[in-house]
Amino acid sequence: MLSTASPTGAAGSATATPPPTATPDPPAAVPSAAFDLAARAVEAALAAGARFADARVVDRRHEALTARDGDLRQLSQTTEAGIGVRALVGDGWGFAALADPTGERDARATGERAVAAARASAVVRRPGAGPVELLPVPPQRGGWSSGCARDPFEVPLAEKADLLVGVTHAVRKAGGAVIGVAEALSAAWDTRTAYVSSEGARVGQHVRETGAGMHCLALGEHEVQRRSYPAFRGQYGTRGWELVDELDLPAHAERIGEEAAALLTAPLCPSGETTLVLGGEQMSLQIHESVGHAIELDRILGWEAAYAGTSWLDLSRLGDLRFGSELMNITIDPTIPGALGSFGYDDEGTPAAPRDAVRGGVWTGVLSGRDSAALAGYGHAGSVRADGYGRLPMVRMTNVGLEPGPHSLEEIVAATDDGVLMEHNRSWSIDDKRLDFQFGCEIGWELKGGKRGRMLRNPSYTGTGPVFWNSLDMLAGREPGEWRAWGTPNCGKGQPGQVGHTGHGAAPARFTGVRVGVRG
Amino acid sequence: MSADQQHDTARRLDAVVERVLDEVRRQGGSGAGPVEAVVRADHHRLALTRFAGSGIHQNTEDDRTTVHLRVALDGGRSASVSTTRTTTTALADLVGAALAAARLSPRDAAWPGLAGPAPVPAGAGPDDATAGAGPGERAALVAAFVEAAGGLETAGYAQTTLLTGAVADTAGLHARAASTGAVVDGIARALPAPGLDGTPGPPADASFRADGVGRAAARSLAGLDAAALGARAARRARSQAASAQPLRRGELPVVLEPSAVLDVVAGLLSSTFSGRGLVEGTSGVRLGEQQLDPVLTLLDDPLDPASTALPFDTEGTPASRTELVRDGVPRAVTTDRRTAAALRATRSGLPALPTTAGAHDASDTWGPVAQAPVLSPGGGGSVDDLVAGLEHGLLVCDLWYTRLAEARRSVWTGLTRNGTFLVRDGEVVGPVGVLRFTQSYLEALAPGAVTVGSDAEALPRALTFGAAGTARVVVPPLRLARWNVTGGAAT
Repeated sequence: MLSTASPTGAAGSATATPPPTATPDPPAAVPSAAFDLAARAVEAALAAGARFADARVVDRRHEALTARDGDLRQLSQTTEAGIGVRALVGDGWGFAALADPTGERDARATGERAVAAARASAVVRRPGAGPVELLPVPPQRGGWSSGCARDPFEVPLAEKADLLVGVTHAVRKAGGAVIGVAEALSAAWDTRTAYVSSEGARVGQHVRETGAGMHCLALGEHEVQRRSYPAFRGQYGTRGWELVDELDLPAHAERIGEEAAALLTAPLCPSGETTLVLGGEQMSLQIHESVGHAIELDRILGWEAAYAGTSWLDLSRLGDLRFGSELMNITIDPTIPGALGSFGYDDEGTPAAPRDAVRGGVWTGVLSGRDSAALAGYGHAGSVRADGYGRLPMVRMTNVGLEPGPHSLEEIVAATDDGVLMEHNRSWSIDDKRLDFQFGCEIGWELKGGKRGRMLRNPSYTGTGPVFWNSLDMLAGREPGEWRAWGTPNCGKGQPGQVGHTGHGAAPARFTGVRVGVRG
Repeated sequence: MSADQQHDTARRLDAVVERVLDEVRRQGGSGAGPVEAVVRADHHRLALTRFAGSGIHQNTEDDRTTVHLRVALDGGRSASVSTTRTTTTALADLVGAALAAARLSPRDAAWPGLAGPAPVPAGAGPDDATAGAGPGERAALVAAFVEAAGGLETAGYAQTTLLTGAVADTAGLHARAASTGAVVDGIARALPAPGLDGTPGPPADASFRADGVGRAAARSLAGLDAAALGARAARRARSQAASAQPLRRGELPVVLEPSAVLDVVAGLLSSTFSGRGLVEGTSGVRLGEQQLDPVLTLLDDPLDPASTALPFDTEGTPASRTELVRDGVPRAVTTDRRTAAALRATRSGLPALPTTAGAHDASDTWGPVAQAPVLSPGGGGSVDDLVAGLEHGLLVCDLWYTRLAEARRSVWTGLTRNGTFLVRDGEVVGPVGVLRFTQSYLEALAPGAVTVGSDAEALPRALTFGAAGTARVVVPPLRLARWNVTGGAAT
């Protein structure tokens, strides 16, 4: 077996996560007072001159534990609560946010501030711009809650700490004296949102997210090697602590310690053009960076030109542009139970629905919001999200994933005469059009004559998005456990900066003619 | 926010930290031993106006007070909590949660204790006009930038911030200060971005852009010249309206404009000059050795009169001017109390390291980072002067998406952005499009490899991932003897 380790490890007895629940009314976890505050803010914005307004009252708890080298290094708990209001005045948008509003007066004042900002936006209009329009979405009324078997905030802190501290001990013991750092972490979020719009929407959501992971650093004389499980920053989902139980961190602690130590003396990944096989976790980041961001409609329209960048994709080619080989089927699907990018409604009240982004290698869809979709003449919204109450909702990934393929990893390796297998991301970089990328991985293996050979250190590869995706010639996912929805909890975008949670279904895959072993 | 409102905010934050400490004493008094606690209350008004296609499209204001509390029981059973809720009940709940979590924590052998009372320097303080700025002032900055670009498409942002912070601990520390910041950061675009032709691979010039950048950070709005920045961005954009020059991969000399130098400095600060990196063994810094070119001096100077930083860090350690590199010799790393204690314990044979005031975030995710970095200017003259000394090489205006590939050697990979030009015989020949590099920053700055320009610029930079605010970083242009180009459409 290759160590494309299943994050659903040996703890098969872990409790199953119940499915998400959609309800006609908001969940009880979202108090009616939150809707009242949101409604007052929207009313105030309309009274001040807005032609559209919406408000979110968000109450979010977060807990993070980090164990390092046998000690609990960090235990932090945060609560972030407040109101964020969008207002559209004429053709100018404004957004204002206030932490901890104490009553209706605060809510109204925030709505009025949003209007003041929107009026100022009209001072500098895009030359030739038409009126701002919103894609029609029937006002939604209802609720949605993610599935959760073990509430992560009810799991005793001692249980969490014992787990994390224990695995750092095990990693150090297995890796020996060269292990300089052994770290394990867990994180959980509980987010309760009341959304109200001037069109009559009234939606409540209760989302619980949980994740965990571990890594170690082996220190050599001249370099540092890293191994992680199950992913380089952990695995996350819209689930409860049962996700952590399933990961079974202790079962993998010894392996990552040993592999990190072994990497210090492994041969360097060769430089040149070869056949590249990527593990599922690295594939998830490849999808995130070179597909997910590239299909964001705000980037395509130039709204992010100065910072996050634009996209190589040209809207006039939507529907006929070949993005990749026929094995490439990418979906935008916020309805995948338990995936990190799942929800019932996005942050402008559009109900979640699955769509294609790439079908049979042809580009067919984008991530969009109501204003960007209307401007582009695109028929779908539903991908607008915000980092808490205090940030403007913007186009973000939900679950952008690659459908499973017809092969197995074992088959892919057996079919590869000469190549390199790389697993677990270590570094990532891509240009502002999402074309030119370079990734470093933690570990590689030589593939010779259909078999896995020597371990390789410092594996890296580089390429250009559509060239790379067109070279996809084998895709795993046929065998149970090969395809899974990986969670990315640290997707950065926007000014001020926002951190997003996204999901990416992925399985191991093979690409031909890839340049590997890039040296600095 | 008016001066009276600022005063009210400051008094409110003082009251919050005192209330939290009172609550710690009340709730923690029944324990077996003393409770150590440090509490910080920050009020952050962050207002940011974005523009794209030469029009404002996003306009945001966020007003929040956040209370951070760290407690330690029995000399090291610690926990951190924070909240945006500041009612009496919410603060009591905050303290209760912190104590409950700490009681369940195993003892942390590396708990460094509290900062305790110490004189806190005055700092630069806030600029009232910037603190009181509204969306109209930001729109005026945008309008000036757009107009100065002379009809080119523009995009970017204008930002004002007011940060008021109060910090106190059970050992007697109490400090409070405020600061302001203002930023204009934008690009001008001389040509529309080309699309692809639908074939499997992009055409050879698919990565070509004609964007120029103009950016600046200041303590006050009055310190920004948005029109000059717009004009500068447009000048650089127009100079790229030509076919890309061919270039092969490999090492060649380079002139980095200040925006590109900013990225190099930020990268080094986050890894090589991080106390946490030194403690964990991932930093390749060699303190006390001539590791870098003698023309390089790097400071963390939060007490500069033009600084946008507070005069103390998130643990209450008073800010000071710290030489991280003097004449090419690394002298210090950025530390918080934990990393400073760890380094004192493990490096007793080496010269004592100063405990710098690091922007140690509450989650402990990123470790300490500098607050107000300054790379001292040299005698190399202007960017044009540096280019004139280049026989064959590159002029790089900006860097993008740089990521650490090898920690110990500080090897980073990333791309050029907002203008990259081929230079021959001291003259700019033409643009070369976007290039990828994979380069050891430490080796690029090695002795004999660097010429430092004379004109430093103050630029905006978020020094930690996801940071809400931006630091003001002062950097001059550099000429480097070697820069490793590893990819790009024109190669």
